[in-house]
Amino acid sequence: MATDITPDKNAEAESIGEINKYDFRTETEAVFKSQKGLNEEIVRQISAMKEEPEWMLEFRLKALEIFESKPMPEWGGDIDINFQDIYYYLKPTDGQEKSWDDVPEEIKETFDRLGIPEAERKFLAGVKAQFESEVVYGSVAEDLEKQGVIFTDTDTALKEHPELLREYFGTIIPSEDNKFSALNSAVWSGGSFIYVPPGVKIEFPLQAYFRINAQNMGQFERTLIIVDEGAEIHYVEGCTAPMYSSDSLHSAVVEVIVKKNARCRYTTIQNWANNIYNLVTKRAVCYADATMEWVDGNLGSQLTMKYPAVYMLEPGAHGEILSIAFAGNGQHQDAGAKLVHAAPHTTGQIISKSISKNGGRSSYRGLVRVEEGATHAKNNVVCDALILDPESRSDTYPYIEIMEQDVSIGHEASVSRIGEEQLFYLTSRGLSETEASAMIVNGFIEPLVKELPMEYAVELNRLIQLQMEGSVG
Amino acid sequence: MTHVLKIENLQVAVEGKPILRGVDLEIKHGETHALMGPNGSGKSTLGQAIMGHPKYEVTGGTITLDGEDLLEMEPDERARAGMFMAFQRPVAIPGVKMADFLRHSTTNVRNPERKEGEDLIPMKDFRRELKDKMQQLQMDMEFARRYVNDGFSGGEMKRAEILQLAMLQPKFAILDETDSGLDADAVRLASESIADIGREKMGLLIITHHDKLLVHNPPEFTHVMLGGRLVETGGSELAEELHANGYERIRAAYPEAEAENLAMAGE
Repeated sequence: MATDITPDKNAEAESIGEINKYDFRTETEAVFKSQKGLNEEIVRQISAMKEEPEWMLEFRLKALEIFESKPMPEWGGDIDINFQDIYYYLKPTDGQEKSWDDVPEEIKETFDRLGIPEAERKFLAGVKAQFESEVVYGSVAEDLEKQGVIFTDTDTALKEHPELLREYFGTIIPSEDNKFSALNSAVWSGGSFIYVPPGVKIEFPLQAYFRINAQNMGQFERTLIIVDEGAEIHYVEGCTAPMYSSDSLHSAVVEVIVKKNARCRYTTIQNWANNIYNLVTKRAVCYADATMEWVDGNLGSQLTMKYPAVYMLEPGAHGEILSIAFAGNGQHQDAGAKLVHAAPHTTGQIISKSISKNGGRSSYRGLVRVEEGATHAKNNVVCDALILDPESRSDTYPYIEIMEQDVSIGHEASVSRIGEEQLFYLTSRGLSETEASAMIVNGFIEPLVKELPMEYAVELNRLIQLQMEGSVG
Repeated sequence: MTHVLKIENLQVAVEGKPILRGVDLEIKHGETHALMGPNGSGKSTLGQAIMGHPKYEVTGGTITLDGEDLLEMEPDERARAGMFMAFQRPVAIPGVKMADFLRHSTTNVRNPERKEGEDLIPMKDFRRELKDKMQQLQMDMEFARRYVNDGFSGGEMKRAEILQLAMLQPKFAILDETDSGLDADAVRLASESIADIGREKMGLLIITHHDKLLVHNPPEFTHVMLGGRLVETGGSELAEELHANGYERIRAAYPEAEAENLAMAGE
C-alpha cells in the first residue's frame, strides 16, 4: 500500500538546490506536526504530501471556496463546531503517539463485553494506526484481482487508476452539494475505492474491515464505488465496536455508480463515541434495471446527519434504503433517506426504524421525488419509531415531491412506546426488565437485522443488549 | 416439602378503585382449584396480582410462596420462584421468535441466579426438548420460528401459552380462561394437554366460565368469586352446579357482594 507519505530525508537534502516542491515539502514536514485549522495553505499541504495530480489540488481548492461560502445548514441538528480547532490531516504515524491509557474506561469495557480481539481494540481506539489484516485479506485480494476487481484505498487509487478517478470522482456528489460535502472535498483522505468489471459477481460481502487502517477510516474519508454493467457487489463498512476518536468531526462522502443490470448493496454499521458529529453524504446513481440498496445502521455519536440517496436515472432502476437509528442519552440521530425517480418504471422503497431512549432524540428525514416524465414510478416509505421512555423523542419529516400523475406512492409512519403489557408478559416468564426491553427492541429492528451479514447481526443484537442495560427502571 | 401458595386477606386496587376486597386462598402443590364467578367479579385481577402486574396495586394482605413474600418480588423473580400465569389475552411481541423467547425464559426459570448476558441453555438440548414438547402438544415445529403471539389465531395463542407451561414446569400455574375463544375440539385438546402437563405435578388455579376444562381436570376445590370476594368454596360438585344453573343462587345468597359486583361491572 502506498500510504507512506512521510517525506523522505534524501528528498529534503536534495531540496537545498531546488526552490519548488522539495522546499515546500520540507516546510510541510516542519509545520505539519500538529497544526489545527483550515485554510488554503493547509489544503495545498495535504495535496502536496499526497503527491496528487494538479486537477485534484484544484478540485480541493475550489471545494474549500465553496465550503467557506456556504452557511451552516439550518435544519437537522444543532451543530456547534469550531472548524479552526480541528486537525484536517494526520499522518498515519501520528495515531501511534496516543496511548492505550488515554482511551476512556467505558470504551475499553465495551470492547471487553463485545469480545473484540486485542489487536483490533488498539486500532479501533485509535491507538494503533495500522491493523494487521494482510493474513486474512491476502487470499481474498488475490482472488479479486484475478477477476479484475480493484479494491484499494482512495489515495492509492488516485495514483494507480487516475483515469477512473478523473472520470467519476466528485460526479455523483459535487462539492456544491452541501457544506460538509464541500469540506470533505477540500480535505479528504482515505476511504475505499472499488471497481467491479462488467459481469463480475462477488459472492461474499466485501468488507472494509479486511483493510482496516487509518486511511480507510479517517475523519474525512472518501469512498467511490463503480459497479460496471451486470456486476454485483455487497460492500460492508464499519463495525459495531465503538469507534473512539479524540477528533470531534467525522464527515465522509460516499459515491456509488451502479450501471445497467448491476447490483450494489452498501451496508454500514457505525457506533461512534458520544463526542462525535457524524455528518455524512452518501449517494448512488442507478442505471437501467440496476439495483442499489443502502443498509445503514447508526448508533452513538452526538449528532448524526445522514440520508443515503439513490437517483434512479433509467427505466427499471430500483433503489432501496433500510435505515436503523438508535439514539441514547445526549444523542441525536437525524437519519433518513432520499429517493429520486428520474425515469419511468423505476421503483423505490424506504424502511426506517428508530429507537430513542434515555432522553435520546431520533428523527426520520426523508425525501421522495418523482420527476416529470417518470411515469409508473412506484415508491413506498415505512418509518417506525420506538420510544423507550417519556424523556426521549422522535420526529418524522417526510418530504414528497411529485411532478408526474401516473405514479404510485405510499407512506406509513408509526410511533410506539414499549408497552407495559409487553414488558409484563415477558417479565412474568422470567426475563429481567432489561432483557425484556432489549428483546422488544431487537424484535422491532429484526426485519432490518436479518438483512445484515450474520456476524454483524449478532454483534448488533449484543450491542443493543448493552445499550439497554440500566435504561429501564 | 410440599410447596404452598398462600393468599391472605388480599386487597387489590386498579387506578385507585378497589377490586379485590379481602381474598383468602391456599393452594398446595399437586392440587387443582377452580375459580369461577360472573364477569367483572375480580377473577383475572387475582391472577394479575399474584404475578405482579404493575397496574394492580396491592393495598392490603399477603401472598407467600413457601413462606417467601411474593409481593416483595418483581414479576421475573416470581417466575423464577416457580409462578406462572397463562394469559387470557397474550400480547404480541413482533420480531421476537417463540424459540428465542422460550430459550431465554426457560434458562432463567431453571437457573434463577442467572445474570444478564450469562449463557443460555445449550441450543441443541433446548431444541430437542422444545421439539418433544411441541410434538406432545401436536404443534408444528414451524410454530417455534414465528414471532411471539404475532398474528396468532385465538387457538394458537392458547396453545402457545400451554407450550410455555410445559417448558417452564412451574410450581404453581394460574390458567386465566385458557379455554375461552376455542372451538370444541381445541378445548378438548387444551384440556387434555393441561391434565397431562400439570395435573398433580403443579398447583393449578383454573379460572374459567365453562366446565369443559374441568372435565379433564376435576378440581379438588371450587371457589366462587363475587364482588371481589371468595363467597363460597366447595368441591367439584360446586363447579358442576354453577355450570348447570348459573350464578343466580350465588347472587341471591350474597346480596352485599352482588351489589359490589354490579358496581364494578357497571364501570
